[in-house]
Amino acid sequence: MDIVRAGAAIQVADLTVHRGGRPVLHHVTASIAAGRVTGLVGPSGSGKSTLIRAIAGVQAGVTGALSVLGETPGSAAVRRRLGYMTQAASVYEDLTVAENLGYFAAIRGAGLDGLLGRLQLEPEADRLVRNVSGGQRARVSLAVALVGRPPLLLLDEPTVGLDPLLRRELWALFGELAREGATLLVSSHVLDEARHCDDLLLLRDGLIVAQLTPAELRERTGTDDMDEAFVRLIERQ
Amino acid sequence: MNPARTFATARRVLEQLRHDPRTIAVMILVPCVLLTLLRLIYWHRRLVFDVAGAPLLAIFPLITVFLVTSVALLRERLAGTLERLLTMPLGRLELLVGYALSFGMLATVQAVVASLLTLGPLGLRVRGPEGLVVVLAVSVALLGLGLGLLASAFARSEFQVVQFLPLFVFPQLLLCGLLVPRDRMPAALHAISDVLPMSYAVDGMHHLTRETGASAALWGDILIVLAFATGALMLGAATVRRRTA
Repeated sequence: MDIVRAGAAIQVADLTVHRGGRPVLHHVTASIAAGRVTGLVGPSGSGKSTLIRAIAGVQAGVTGALSVLGETPGSAAVRRRLGYMTQAASVYEDLTVAENLGYFAAIRGAGLDGLLGRLQLEPEADRLVRNVSGGQRARVSLAVALVGRPPLLLLDEPTVGLDPLLRRELWALFGELAREGATLLVSSHVLDEARHCDDLLLLRDGLIVAQLTPAELRERTGTDDMDEAFVRLIERQ
Repeated sequence: MNPARTFATARRVLEQLRHDPRTIAVMILVPCVLLTLLRLIYWHRRLVFDVAGAPLLAIFPLITVFLVTSVALLRERLAGTLERLLTMPLGRLELLVGYALSFGMLATVQAVVASLLTLGPLGLRVRGPEGLVVVLAVSVALLGLGLGLLASAFARSEFQVVQFLPLFVFPQLLLCGLLVPRDRMPAALHAISDVLPMSYAVDGMHHLTRETGASAALWGDILIVLAFATGALMLGAATVRRRTA
């Protein structure tokens, strides 16, 4: 591994996941540093969501070792400290934005502490989620993950399909959350988004291609173009 | 079980219903319309209405509550909100009891309205205590809730849920003693009807139609229906898995 840090929030060792009889992750070993934004980057179908679901403790067919905040994934201790944003906006379409957040806050026993404002959702608070735009819905889903300020955030494609300006704001928010002490694992199939992360975990066909920082990626591949860098890394293997 | 999370869930489900007045209207009105229709069909044969009215009062709510509950929980599974809740500090039983409380409330309203209409304006004549007609109707509605939660675990789509209705409910309809008294069925069918919950609902209504007072047999039927409802709810909880493919 390129990066081995003492303060690992998540440790994955020799993790294999089978879905429908076929392996989708092969002997993945990685460690995700605490207090940083780690980008889980790779093309569609590379196993990003499966890895995130395994860490969230909702994936079946998992073998290997997995430690999340020093505990077993899915255990009550982890569930109290985990914010998980699924790839599809998993929120209640037939509730208003405020009702959605109110419910998840009640489940966490937490308040909303200005979350609507932070995600610019205040004007939509009383609208039904089914009536808001796709970008707003994605932000509601993100807000649900952030309710109660969990120290570990697993965000599966939180910026997909969003307006570039909003994407930039969200990446700034992720950095801010990390500075406040949270650990973030953020997946994206847009390789260019890798530049916003502190660390990178590059995934392809269920295998880890590399674990490094964006600077190391640029240095090693000699290019600033993330797509190109990814291609060069794969070609070299 | 944490009461705050359970009540938050019940409240959330009620909020969803509040934004969907059509479902509430369908749940409350459909049994009333069907029972009124039954009264009109047997307008000149009042005795038939008196015999069939009470059992059907137990059966219509079961069907509507079954459908609404199974679709609601299936949507929770399909929309990914269930998966998300299972990564949070919410127990499976807290979730299902939350559903049971909210839909149970609606089911109770439905059973009470249908009972009042049937015993009042439609003029159903029962010998037993009318209050117990309502109690039994509510128990059956809760059974529909338990069966609906259970059915949602086996369905992959809303389309399948609707297909489950003939599977879960219609055999019970044929065997419950409404068409042919259970003791006059072939032994094998009688034995099967003994393990189906709707048989006890209809038996209970038959007691109420024919006998004055509340016999031990009637209370036994009510308790059996409630036991089936609880059992289905528990089985439903067991089918909610944290880890899925």
